[in-house]
Amino acid sequence: MQQHTMKRYDEELDALKEHILAMGSLVERAIANAVKSMLEQDEELAKKTIKRDRAINALEVQCDEMTRSILVRRQPAAGDLRFIMGIIKLVTDLERMGDLSIGICKGTLYSLEKPPRVFSNLDIMSEKVIRQVRRALDAFSRGDTQLAMTVIEKDDGVDVLYKRMYREMLTYMMEDPHAISSSIILSNVAKNLERISDHATNVAEMVIYMEQGHDIRHVDHEAAAKILAGEDLD
Amino acid sequence: MSTSKISINQLKLWYGESEALHGINLEIAEKKITSFIGPSGCGKSTLLRCLNRMNDHISSCRIEGTVLIDNNDIYDPSVDVVQLRSHVGMVFQKPNPFPKSIYENIAYAPRIHGIASKGPDMDNLVEAVLRKASLWNEVKDKLHQPGTALSGGQQQRLCIARTIAVKPEIILMDEPCSALDPIASAKIEELMDELKQEYTIIIVTHSMQQAARVSDNTAFFYMGDLIEFGDTSDIFTKPQQQQTEDYITGRFG
Amino acid sequence: MNKMVSNKATRRRYLGERIFKGATIFALTIAAAFLVFFFYNMITQGVSALSQAEILVDIHYNETSAKSYKKAVDKPYRKIVSRGWMRTLPLYMEDHPELMGTNAQEWVTATADVDQYLKGKPNRLKEKHKKKIDALEKEGKVKLAFNTNFFTRGDSKMPELAGIKSAVVGSILVLLVTLAVALPIGVMTAVYLEEFAPDNRLTQLIEININNLAAIPSILFGLLGLAVFINFFGVPRSSALVGGLTLALMTLPVVIITTRAALRAVPSSIREAAYGLGASRWQAVFHHVLPLAMPGILTGTIIGLAQAMGETAPLLVIGMMAYIPDTPTSITEVATVLPAQIFTWAGESIRAYEERTAAAILVLVTILLSMNAFAIWLRKRFETRW
Repeated sequence: MQQHTMKRYDEELDALKEHILAMGSLVERAIANAVKSMLEQDEELAKKTIKRDRAINALEVQCDEMTRSILVRRQPAAGDLRFIMGIIKLVTDLERMGDLSIGICKGTLYSLEKPPRVFSNLDIMSEKVIRQVRRALDAFSRGDTQLAMTVIEKDDGVDVLYKRMYREMLTYMMEDPHAISSSIILSNVAKNLERISDHATNVAEMVIYMEQGHDIRHVDHEAAAKILAGEDLD
Repeated sequence: MSTSKISINQLKLWYGESEALHGINLEIAEKKITSFIGPSGCGKSTLLRCLNRMNDHISSCRIEGTVLIDNNDIYDPSVDVVQLRSHVGMVFQKPNPFPKSIYENIAYAPRIHGIASKGPDMDNLVEAVLRKASLWNEVKDKLHQPGTALSGGQQQRLCIARTIAVKPEIILMDEPCSALDPIASAKIEELMDELKQEYTIIIVTHSMQQAARVSDNTAFFYMGDLIEFGDTSDIFTKPQQQQTEDYITGRFG
Repeated sequence: MNKMVSNKATRRRYLGERIFKGATIFALTIAAAFLVFFFYNMITQGVSALSQAEILVDIHYNETSAKSYKKAVDKPYRKIVSRGWMRTLPLYMEDHPELMGTNAQEWVTATADVDQYLKGKPNRLKEKHKKKIDALEKEGKVKLAFNTNFFTRGDSKMPELAGIKSAVVGSILVLLVTLAVALPIGVMTAVYLEEFAPDNRLTQLIEININNLAAIPSILFGLLGLAVFINFFGVPRSSALVGGLTLALMTLPVVIITTRAALRAVPSSIREAAYGLGASRWQAVFHHVLPLAMPGILTGTIIGLAQAMGETAPLLVIGMMAYIPDTPTSITEVATVLPAQIFTWAGESIRAYEERTAAAILVLVTILLSMNAFAIWLRKRFETRW
């Protein structure tokens, strides 16, 4: 794409994108660390991750500031307008992901007294979720709608994993009343991961909107694929 | 989309040897505001001036293709330019009231077209038209003062009033706000919004924000071609053509 | 070092500016000096023509004086009282029979030589008449009074009776004819060329020729007038009509050029506004453009007329530079014009005409200046700002 006649405008858009990507990598690490703190029952890591969330929040505020300034001063249109609109949404998703990782860390801290005996598929699920987040951010960074579509499609897999884990935890609780608290904690962690994946899906949807101007939220992904292919919906 | 009022088919236009419009096809909807945008020299004003045959006054100008208004070809030899222009009014870039009184500015065109003569008929017409142009309250006490003594924005509204006094169906506006401050422009835009209930309005503008604010449909021109035409919010959020995107996001040149 | 202190280069620049300014002021001074000299010369010479010597004489209205007008005044006065006045006495007595047999004492016009003598200028007065005048002056029977003849009479071979009236009336008639012909034809031509004519070789040729016409020596217009109006159309020679027509030919290019300039000065937005409202070309021009251009057109026309008024050369050819004492009452009668009158008087050998020449020049210059002033006033009064 050509440069803007006003070079400063390009610089501002680039800076905003960099901020979002920086925020994304912080969020990615927070999720990984949160899960790790749980799996390894690492109190210190959990506390550190909670503390680091402040940086994510600060970046959110900064990004909001930058979008506001661009809106006021540049009156973005077309692609730029969609980019800014996407950023406004995306920033909240990222921030929510950060909050959800804190939830996981807090779970770690609660579970320290009575550590869970098994973590079930938590490691597999977390890997999947982190991959979803990374893909979503990559899709954003490269403007890759294909990859974004993959994220949307793969979200169902995470849901399946969560449901399986939830059922597993229920059986543990029924078998052994002592495991109730730790199982609830684990099932909450899984819930948080599942929601993180939902936010990643949101990010992917925003990427598609930014790139092509199609709003594919709240349509199933087969319909979305049709829209992207330029076919009419019946 | 409502019915089409103007239909432009394969319109080509030459100034001497150089082709300024390369076969434009465009359907303009009735009682909507359609804006023409594009960089200078893209042909948008030229096309606008084709719609009331203002280009007739340029001797080197030659036209091919058809412009249908209500299914009548306005370039048909049987069409009377004077009659055409009473159906298709025009407001210009620079407010250009006649250096006569406000009353005379309004009364001139109805008089030459025989819509109203002197006396109470004309008085009523002048008042009605000025009210429609939301200018009555500002000028009712000075109807016989020169129109050129008004402020720029008032002058432009006077020009709009003068145009609607002939009871046209279509109003062409050639960058009507380019000489006005933002508040005066806003008043014109508000007026346009009211007028579109009765008239089909086409506006050429250099301000994309203005096009986005006032128009229902937007046409983007570049180098004598119609690049893209569509619903204004679509054009401004997800244009289909790269050239449109580049132009409205400020990536030109 | 302070960068804002002037240096050598800027000082040289200022010197250049000062020299140039000095040169322009010098030129202006010379031009003004010529003008002042001209006016001083004309006024000092011309003012004395506004007064005329009069003598208080006894007039005898009786049978003898009715037959021989010289008898009306006493012998010593016969050579110092204007003969032209004395000639009018019999007619006057015929008109007023009740005067018969009465005597009257009246101030009557003296001869030009008496007038010049009293004004201290060279004259051909005989020594005895000088003594008589000196004597009369002591008695208060001689005075310099306002020269009404100068304004109320036509040309005369007797300078004390010579006036500019017929020349002024002639000038007015000629100018009226010029105006009536040049203004409508000129304006219409300009309107056509500027607003209607297609831009092709023919109209370009016409334009170039009109511009050239303005630069043609005026005597050629006289020859044209002679050939066309007098010889071909048979318009009476020396008449105000032929003079006006000839001058109209000369003024036409000026009117056309200034009208076109005035039309071009009307912004095209006014035309567009009119067209946009469905006015035809004709309506756009006659309802909007022409009224707006009118002050400019009139200004140009007046200046063209002023030019025509001062013109002599073409009139020479069509016979208006002649001794024409009678005031014309219609445009077909023989007439002369002010500049022609000045020219005629300037060639007279009698000294008394000299001051009359200067006075006539003053009158002409005054009329021209007031015409120009009127043109300026017209422009200021009606010019429209947009």
